[in-house]
Amino acid sequence: MKVTIIDYGAGNVFSVKAAFERLGKNAIISADAEEIKSSDFVVFPGVGHAEDAMAQLKKSQIDLLLPNLKQPVMGICLGMQLMCQHTEEGDTDGLGIFEDLKVIKFDPKYKVPHMGWNNLIDTKSILEDVNEDVYFVHSYFAPISKYTIASCQYQEKFSAALQKDNFFACQFHPEKSGEVGSKILTNFLKQI
Amino acid sequence: MLKKRIIPCLDIKNGRTVKGINFEGLVDAGDPVELAKVYSQNGADELVFLDITATHEGRKTMLEMVKNVALSINIPFTVGGGISSVEDAALLLKNGADKISVNSSAVKNPNLIKELAQKFGNQCVVIAIDAKLINDKWKVFLNGGRIETDLELFAWAKEAVNLGAGEILFTSMDHDGTKNGFAIEALKKMSEIVNVPIIASGGCGNMQHFKDVFLESKVDASLAASVFHFGEIKIPELKTYLKTNKIEIR
Repeated sequence: MKVTIIDYGAGNVFSVKAAFERLGKNAIISADAEEIKSSDFVVFPGVGHAEDAMAQLKKSQIDLLLPNLKQPVMGICLGMQLMCQHTEEGDTDGLGIFEDLKVIKFDPKYKVPHMGWNNLIDTKSILEDVNEDVYFVHSYFAPISKYTIASCQYQEKFSAALQKDNFFACQFHPEKSGEVGSKILTNFLKQI
Repeated sequence: MLKKRIIPCLDIKNGRTVKGINFEGLVDAGDPVELAKVYSQNGADELVFLDITATHEGRKTMLEMVKNVALSINIPFTVGGGISSVEDAALLLKNGADKISVNSSAVKNPNLIKELAQKFGNQCVVIAIDAKLINDKWKVFLNGGRIETDLELFAWAKEAVNLGAGEILFTSMDHDGTKNGFAIEALKKMSEIVNVPIIASGGCGNMQHFKDVFLESKVDASLAASVFHFGEIKIPELKTYLKTNKIEIR
């Protein structure tokens, strides 16, 4: 089984790799198109600023590759937001995998970033058996949509996870969510 | 609901934990990786590692430690101490740290906060502030509390957030080590002034102190060191206690 974590200079790849290794799966970190295409599973992580990250994706042409992948793909945090149509962060157009879904900023009346452990609600698909706390850290969010497979409450209900066909995405960090996170990654690795 | 976080803090020198640590069932209490694993298994929500090494060699050891911690635990952790440039921070983050905390270096060069936030995002940047009440004014101190500055705590906290800090770790030097409870009044005021998560630090001696700070102020997390290291407070018991007191806890 081959797991590839896409490396486009947007942080945190080391922790994601470590999480798969704790599950006994070897994950490689790569930006190479052939490497990515030939993987059984692809992970699209991301920490940082949407505009910079999107520019990096374009530079390495991963923006053209990613939406056409047929194997299970999991976006994490900024990775998830870039899989949407657009994000308010830097007024950036995303990959549009989650068509028409627009990522918006939390109301600064409340504490931003939304940082810490919060519980998943209304879960289905690969998160069906997961209603526990997972670790979030983000200032922008995707509203509830037809793609939502888990929600979370902070100010209002928002999308904690999304799915469209073989594309999965989490706003939270499964690699930092303790045993619950491991369970989620295990569920993802069952999607073939 | 977003939960209140419990954060053990480990002081690191040359890759080893300092302060006498007396932890039941730990073969090598000086090994930060082993300690981190135990805390993570016991339900700590996050960890903070504070590097108090001054030498270049020690810094390299710290990077190695960060990498081993990231490989071993699956909860977030912050690394602080001696970070004075974007390059310093980049190395720690690349080796698996989730957040970096800056203290004296940010006071000396406030622009550092801005640079870090732009490069890594606000969520990555914790501003750590040590302060002491002097003539009714909270004064900011540097270099582990050794140097007094003219900065006022709340003004500095506000400025740091404006510059891009995504979280505040406030240690009251008046409370630190006393075990008489957290600086609740100052923490209350800070929650009114800034709109980022706040970590309370300094003064915790028993479980009730955690309850008080969560019920009376709007802090998001509480940090402690010795009460955890010496097993005076056990995290699973603390969490049960806080839950029975209607505090949202993981």
